[in-house]
Amino acid sequence: MIALLTRDLRLAMRAGGGFGLGLAFFLIVVTLVPFGVGPQSELLARIAAGILWLGALLSCLLSLDRIFALDWEDGSLDLLATAPLPMEAIVTIKALAHWLTTGLPLILATPLFALLLSLPEAGYKPLILSLFLGTPALSVIGTFGAALTVGLKRGGLLLSLLVLPLYVPTLIFGAEMARRGVEGLDITTPLLMLAGITCGTIALLPFASAAVLKVNLR
Amino acid sequence: MGMSVKSLWEYANPKKFIQTTDRVLPWVSVLAVVSLVVGLIWGFFFTPDDFRQGSTVKIIYLHVPSALMAINAWLMMLVTSLIWIVRRHHVSALAARAAAPVGAVMTVIALATGAIWGQPMWGTWWAWDPRLTSFLILFLFYLGYIALWEAIENDDTAADLTSILCLVGSVFALLSRYAVNFWNQGLHQGASLSLDKEENVADVFWYPLLVCIAGFVLLFIALVFLRTQTEIRARRTRALLARERMG
Amino acid sequence: MMPDLGKYADAVLSSYAVSIVLLAAIVWLSIWRARKVKKQLKEIETKEKSNG
Repeated sequence: MIALLTRDLRLAMRAGGGFGLGLAFFLIVVTLVPFGVGPQSELLARIAAGILWLGALLSCLLSLDRIFALDWEDGSLDLLATAPLPMEAIVTIKALAHWLTTGLPLILATPLFALLLSLPEAGYKPLILSLFLGTPALSVIGTFGAALTVGLKRGGLLLSLLVLPLYVPTLIFGAEMARRGVEGLDITTPLLMLAGITCGTIALLPFASAAVLKVNLR
Repeated sequence: MGMSVKSLWEYANPKKFIQTTDRVLPWVSVLAVVSLVVGLIWGFFFTPDDFRQGSTVKIIYLHVPSALMAINAWLMMLVTSLIWIVRRHHVSALAARAAAPVGAVMTVIALATGAIWGQPMWGTWWAWDPRLTSFLILFLFYLGYIALWEAIENDDTAADLTSILCLVGSVFALLSRYAVNFWNQGLHQGASLSLDKEENVADVFWYPLLVCIAGFVLLFIALVFLRTQTEIRARRTRALLARERMG
Repeated sequence: MMPDLGKYADAVLSSYAVSIVLLAAIVWLSIWRARKVKKQLKEIETKEKSNG
């Protein structure tokens, strides 16, 4: 299992593995927002939490089709399927690798980007915590979507269409948690909901993803 | 060989399904049209205005039935997807495929009538009212489901993938409903647009509404019967064409 | 015969119009496709039979 994880991490880090792409995209989004809504810092301060969440979500979305694409193309996915490791574990490792190479870097970069968007002081900790709690769910849900579209040639757009509605609950509670943190309100409810969704998806969705992959590998 | 049916599962046989629905479809269609016409005319011409909402209350005869069907269509898809997963009856998978566009149209009607109804009340053409927002999300689920069927060539693979998507989507749709209510609870408190069933809908509105709901249900059933037949035939055509190409 | 819809006439009429158009569209599309596919199947089945 660890071998699979390190292999995926190495693949992602390679040139062309798309590691920096998610970060670069996040930066672009953050840079474009003031051009779109105006540079007034009170306005930016009010929407910063939401924009940062949205940016993180879209950056995650970008790298989803890589989760299975390389292995599908060179046949390693078929080999993995016959390995002694259960498919559910394989799928979970893939999601973990995705989070480590996409979600985690985003979280680490967030303080810098939050600065660009005038996020108020009080918002930093709740925002980072909400991203930390929520981005794993994005990876797990994204893995499900990637499994569904793995065989398709132009599957990227369909992947987005399938995954974005599934992202809505996480986005709502994550952004709300960050927003409430900015205003100094109690963040318990959205925090618990967000954590609940993440735990639920990590526990249950791999079964669906595994079933989907097995169908596609038939 | 008698005409007696031993169990409901007999209709899972494609040929039997087509035979039976061929006989039933004309009746269901006529009943649907009659109910719709009677219900809408009754509601539009022969009911009074509401004290608070004026003549816009007449929109319930379209908004409520379509919203109900939008949800029920998805539920039907969920059930038939489960039947496909467990019992592998092709008719079941094809029925889900057939129902999806109808459900999507119902969702659009619910959204459009909901938004139009809201305009005079709220002064805006669109409001992120929790109910409307939930229907917008439901519409996205329908689109994804339909798109996945279209994207996959192999019929059985498509049936398997879309049924799993329907299952997962149902859980998330339910989750979204609660999330959206949480998200918008601060804004339009109490000013919910649609008529809750718990609210006392006066009899004078309720009876024509019932007829309209019946009309929408019957229309849905008729369309699903017709469209499932089409899917069965299309599948058989594809199979014959494939055999021809190989032989 | 037409009820007095008052200031809400636009809203009520447009919602009826939109709904009826959409319903008619899905009904018509479904019937059209059903006929087309039925014909295609018939053609291909008679071809099969004549090919033996």
